[in-house]
Amino acid sequence: MTTLQRKEVNPIAHLSPEDIEQIGRELDAIRDEVLAVRGEKDAKYIRRMIAVQRRLEVGSRAVLLFSVLPPAWILGTIGLSIAKILENMEIGHNILHGQYDFMRDPKIHSTTWEWDFAAPAEQWKHSHNELHHKYTNVVGRDNDLGYGIMRVDEQQKWAPAHLGQPLYNFINACLFEYGIAAYDLELGRNLASKRRRNNPDFRARLRQVGRKIRNQVLKDYVAHPALSVPVGLAFGNPFGAFFGTMAANAVANVVRNLWSHSVIMCGHFPKGVETFERTSITGETRGEWYLRQMLGSANISGSKLMHIMTGNLSHQIEHHLFPDLPASRYAEIAPKVRALFEKYELKYVTGPFVVQVASAWAKVFRLALPNRKPTRAIDHTIPPRHPAEATV
Amino acid sequence: MAVTQKLRDGAWRVVELITTPVVPADYLDVIAPLRNPTVLRARVDAVRSETAKAVTLVLRPGRGWQPHKPGQYVRVGVDVDGVRLWRAYSVSSATGRADGRFTITVNAVENGVVSSYLLNNARKGMLVHLDLPDGDFQLPEKRPAKTLFVTAGSGITPVMGMLRSALHELSDVVVVHSARTAEAVVFGAELRELAAQGRIRLIERHTGTDGRLKPAGLADLVPDLFERETWACGPGDLLDDLQEHWADAGATERLHVERFRTVVLVAGDGGTVTFEKSGLVVESAGGTSILDAGEAAGQLMKSGCRMGICYKCVLPMREGIVRDLRDGTITTASEVDGDKPLIQTCISAAAGPCRLDA
Repeated sequence: MTTLQRKEVNPIAHLSPEDIEQIGRELDAIRDEVLAVRGEKDAKYIRRMIAVQRRLEVGSRAVLLFSVLPPAWILGTIGLSIAKILENMEIGHNILHGQYDFMRDPKIHSTTWEWDFAAPAEQWKHSHNELHHKYTNVVGRDNDLGYGIMRVDEQQKWAPAHLGQPLYNFINACLFEYGIAAYDLELGRNLASKRRRNNPDFRARLRQVGRKIRNQVLKDYVAHPALSVPVGLAFGNPFGAFFGTMAANAVANVVRNLWSHSVIMCGHFPKGVETFERTSITGETRGEWYLRQMLGSANISGSKLMHIMTGNLSHQIEHHLFPDLPASRYAEIAPKVRALFEKYELKYVTGPFVVQVASAWAKVFRLALPNRKPTRAIDHTIPPRHPAEATV
Repeated sequence: MAVTQKLRDGAWRVVELITTPVVPADYLDVIAPLRNPTVLRARVDAVRSETAKAVTLVLRPGRGWQPHKPGQYVRVGVDVDGVRLWRAYSVSSATGRADGRFTITVNAVENGVVSSYLLNNARKGMLVHLDLPDGDFQLPEKRPAKTLFVTAGSGITPVMGMLRSALHELSDVVVVHSARTAEAVVFGAELRELAAQGRIRLIERHTGTDGRLKPAGLADLVPDLFERETWACGPGDLLDDLQEHWADAGATERLHVERFRTVVLVAGDGGTVTFEKSGLVVESAGGTSILDAGEAAGQLMKSGCRMGICYKCVLPMREGIVRDLRDGTITTASEVDGDKPLIQTCISAAAGPCRLDA
């Protein structure tokens, strides 16, 4: 059964177990509707998105060959930043979720795709698809809650080190891709003891990350800068060309990191999003799992461009309900999902990007300090269907 | 030589570094999909209607193609409503065209997803995926003195490929072809023209009026039956009859057959799951996931969320039929098509016999 963390008002107190299973059935029906029409349109969409992204990336990199010229540097850097964002968000994240596996195209498949990100796809799929999406917002199980370095829920114990968490969060945002790689490796936990450090499985994964980062770094900070040197020579400034392109790549990577970090913070941190107790998910039904996704996610409202640039994670609620449906379908089903929230008197957390980012950051600042009021865990357990489950 | 090779390898590594984490060919695909050396594709150059239910596609293969031998088939991957499905089709054109183009002729079969799609939707410019030509249904290098072709329906396609390639090297050719009506004969006009020129002896049988061909009746039509090297292609029961007849006459080695898929997989409830690499065979109930059934029987399997969202448990299915436990979606795989779809074992239940590549 679903148990919530300390809240003044339990948002699901009015729901019976039968209601929760009915919510599950209604969500399954929405999923079936998408499956019935999923096909050529989705295949065309992702192929076009990949083609657009690759053209934009090649075009921007071509412009950056002339990085000694300031207008070219600015144009190329903007283009490359957008290309990297599209590659990570709308393309990589969604393909790695298996959203396009139905196409049976080995080139666009969750088992073969690799992305322009420090974290190897395979390791990310484990920590993200397997752990985060299954154990969404369960304190102690879902490490996405604060990434193991921050306190993002009143229930988490405060320590003086949390005073620095606004700073950690900012540094993590800038270096997000490396943060995620370290997170997938569970670096903090695995480096803590000699036994864990020497674990062959950990070392193999460490080497895998090392290779990936080496290739990424050589590409962005050596190979492409070197390509612009001949043009730099023609302008009598080969060093300017090399370091100009290197800086452009660095800026593009940081822009992409800041953007994806912000979008992801909007998904689970803003005000109104619920967290769950570790024991609450034992024996969870499909309806209860759905309900946890509904309560544990938040959307970003905005234009179509906003949805594409966030990889449709602006529809975080729909994404968490149906992580394997093509993301471009989320906008279509969002009104139905929202109607379901209203029907069952649940809060559909959404807001403009700036508001949501501010809300998430406010939480990071607020929880850097100890709770003002002593934590009082109120039991908001929903009534069990069978007496035997009361012990769960 | 070694030095230039080394330089070339080094240069290629730099190019790969420039495009990492994808490969250079992935960028090439955006502008020139036929130039990709690792993925064989073809563009449809022309579409010709043969009969009301058959269509010929002229294909221009991309880099990596190797010409077929007469009688061989080629596996073609077609995106039908966004899903890539593979089917084997015989090459119907002559070998050795200078521009490398070749044709396949597709006969729409009942409930045939791919054949119906191609009949109605194949257009000039369409891109399909290819595999290299394959199959032993071929004429030997030393051409036989007398040949017989027994075909039915779309079984004429590989034979047409042989006739178009090598008829000038064959002297005494008999073609016995069955189709429902005269209009339904694929390549009817061309075959009748060859017969009129005296280059083949054509025996058409229209099963709509004449009934099905029986091997016993074949001897009346072709008296020197067993003196001929014979190639047969058509529905399975016809081929079974022929093989029995040739075996009875002690002439098995003179009969060469090519079988098409005729079995349509029908979803049932549960089935035998075979893990081919480990050799494990499990009876799996219709309500049990293949992951649970396999693990219970001791098969080592990868798993993750166990609820269909993380895609860690996927395994290639060589042949079989499974049902998605969440929404009832049916997925099939056929050995003949050579396609091995990856199925999510944690939410897939056997809906018939399944063989997994694991």
